[in-house]
Amino acid sequence: MTPQLKIAVRQTFPVMFGYVPMGMAFGVLFSELGYPWYFASIMGIVIFAGAAQFMAVGLLAAGAGLIEVTVTTLLLNSRHVFYGLSLLQEFKVKGWRRWYLIFGLTDETYSLLTSMKGDKDVTQQSISDLQLIITALNQSYWVIGCTLGVLIGEQLSFNTQGLEFTLTALFMVLVIEQYKSVKSFAPFAIALVSGALALWLATPQNMLLVSLSLSLALLLMKYRLKPWT
Amino acid sequence: MDIMYLIGFIATMAAATFATRALPFVLFHNQQHPVVLFLGRYLPPAVMALLVMYCLKDVEWLSGNHGLPEIISLSLVIVAHLLFKNALISIFSGTALYMLWVQGVLASLI
Repeated sequence: MTPQLKIAVRQTFPVMFGYVPMGMAFGVLFSELGYPWYFASIMGIVIFAGAAQFMAVGLLAAGAGLIEVTVTTLLLNSRHVFYGLSLLQEFKVKGWRRWYLIFGLTDETYSLLTSMKGDKDVTQQSISDLQLIITALNQSYWVIGCTLGVLIGEQLSFNTQGLEFTLTALFMVLVIEQYKSVKSFAPFAIALVSGALALWLATPQNMLLVSLSLSLALLLMKYRLKPWT
Repeated sequence: MDIMYLIGFIATMAAATFATRALPFVLFHNQQHPVVLFLGRYLPPAVMALLVMYCLKDVEWLSGNHGLPEIISLSLVIVAHLLFKNALISIFSGTALYMLWVQGVLASLI
């Protein structure tokens, strides 16, 4: 085992305990759609996004149009845009390796890559290798989880009623984490108003799109009037 | 079950996900526009809150169990998260409670 691999395995250990069970929860939900099992693995390989893949189960079940899929995914992953902003200077490699680092920039990978700097075991020249290994390890945990989940879901027939609540709980956790980082109720108030209006005015199928657009419009209005920052 | 739809779906979601991660590397080399920073700070919390509401859109508040399983399970998620600060514990404890509740296991235990 190379020294970088050893460090990466140690650093990604907590992510493994998160990704394997979460991937399995996704896999079990996906198996209920009735598609061939390997598509769950493929999604873990080519999408590699927790919240988006959970969302995908609901969107697939509803037969959502591809425009809706695009808009929902873009907005759901909008936080990733801002991960990149703080890593612009950190990715020193070029070519496909650079694109792979960008592709694999999940919440957990981001938090590992940004907290790597202080580690004394890491020399300057091995940082790029370490970034790549960490990203690849994280993705392999995720793909293993997705695959295990879909296989378990197909083989065993246990009552999965209510399992979709993992998604609700995941978003609730993200709300708390977001609040801790912005320390402002304003964006949540905007969401509450937009969501309530959309629930009242739009159909359940359009609710997300309508409420996201309303929130975006309200935020931009707020920015024009008087930015918080 | 339409495999072509699934393949189109996966390709679309993969492209959209990659786009959000690649955008800053393609667009902004160094400069950071204030509106981008503003949305970067305040759009994600709004989106997360909306997603919670979206997940609860089918709850029947006026009939059945009035959304009590959802409210109590989400409260457990919040309390567990504030106590243990571990996303996995929060998510799985809340989901376990919710599943036991809606499957009627909880009622048979009491």
